[in-house]
Amino acid sequence: MPNLEIPWGMAFLPDNSLLITEKEGQLIHFQNGKKTIIQNVPNTYVRGQGGLMGIAIHPNFKDNNFVYFTQSSSIDSDEPGGNTALYSAVLQNNALQDISLLYKAKPNTKKGLHFGSRVVFDNDGYLYFTIGDRGNRDVNPQDLSRDGGKVYRLMDNGEIPSDNPFVDDTSAIPAVYSYGHRNPQGMTKHPVTGEIWTHEHGPRGGDEINIIKSGKNYGWPKITYGKNYTGTIITKDKALPGMEQPLYYWIPSIAPSGMAFVHNSSYADWDGSLVVGSLKFNYLERLTLDNNRVVNREKIANEIGRVRDVVLGPDGFLYLAVESKGICKIVPNP
Amino acid sequence: MRFLFLIIFLSTSSLAQQSSGDSYVRGQMIYADFCVRCHLSNGTGETDLIPPLASADFLQDIKATVHSIKYGIHVPITVNGVRYNNTMAPMGLENDEIADVTNYILNSWGNTTDVIVTEKYVKGIKETK
Repeated sequence: MPNLEIPWGMAFLPDNSLLITEKEGQLIHFQNGKKTIIQNVPNTYVRGQGGLMGIAIHPNFKDNNFVYFTQSSSIDSDEPGGNTALYSAVLQNNALQDISLLYKAKPNTKKGLHFGSRVVFDNDGYLYFTIGDRGNRDVNPQDLSRDGGKVYRLMDNGEIPSDNPFVDDTSAIPAVYSYGHRNPQGMTKHPVTGEIWTHEHGPRGGDEINIIKSGKNYGWPKITYGKNYTGTIITKDKALPGMEQPLYYWIPSIAPSGMAFVHNSSYADWDGSLVVGSLKFNYLERLTLDNNRVVNREKIANEIGRVRDVVLGPDGFLYLAVESKGICKIVPNP
Repeated sequence: MRFLFLIIFLSTSSLAQQSSGDSYVRGQMIYADFCVRCHLSNGTGETDLIPPLASADFLQDIKATVHSIKYGIHVPITVNGVRYNNTMAPMGLENDEIADVTNYILNSWGNTTDVIVTEKYVKGIKETK
């Protein structure tokens, strides 16, 4: 599909049609070659890396038509600027109905950096979404009472699961599931283990892949494999007690966005690998895994453009959201 | 330099003369928030991927510079003889912020100009495709 500016997120519906978020704030339904704009999307605060971002459908979408999406928003705060919000809504007649605000991070800020924000369901129906450090790395990621730099976990109706790791800590935000993140713009469920995997942008170097575990600290900015953009040191530490090591890290940074496992696919040799979009180098990276270790990296669709998202369609083909291009399907050579 | 003065003349009064010091400092903060991760702190960009800002001939056209920050870049551009076929999204900055970051870029990493870009000037730049 051509003529998209920044397609940020994609979700397939059970009828094989596709929902696409445009960062500028439009939600698009694509079916049989026809683009339809979905009405009633709440106002998006478009600034810097913020916009209309992640999209996911409810595991029982067939019965309830529920969709979930994240956007940067200025609502629910007296400060100027914006922060990441999570909504649910019923998709009906090309419009959103019964729109509910499930979460809004605070405070608003005019910083343009690090909003997150992917949305994924796990096998038990819990909803995960990500918010980056909002350009306030020394304050947000390591402080459980503050939004930003976290992976969040909610029930599908927005309630806090009783087994969330910090529900008994009165100073902590109870929706927090893991912390010490910089800017996770990739999240997906492992098709076999059901675990939630993320990747996040490092600063200069040090993009990471992580498996998200309840209550764990992923270290930013206390530990990192990256440096400041000026080349100066952020911390001398790459590992510290009580902080998780990444499953993999990239040096130099590829600027990862979007993430999917290849599973029961139409590509004979690719099953079991992980694919990640590269904004910086304009390709899709395929990572071959062996016992949760990256053993090979391969460039797919080299020079296609800034790959913002990747999903495996119900037809077993990979679909890429490419900035200034549109949605591309990867078809193997016969 | 002669070229820059010509631009001022063509753009008439909207490029008002005033102290650029405060604008430069504010622009530095905007740059660190919105620009640095691609164009880098020394303004060099990245070979073949991200055009440089330091000593970039593109910046001699201030109207095009402001336009690219305000509306993004969606077509290939040539900077210092190198073609870049990438895109830059508009950052959603306010007009005063665009003025500030432009003043910072035009006066950093060896770039110099007598031009001071104002909020009013940025406001007057309409989108051309």
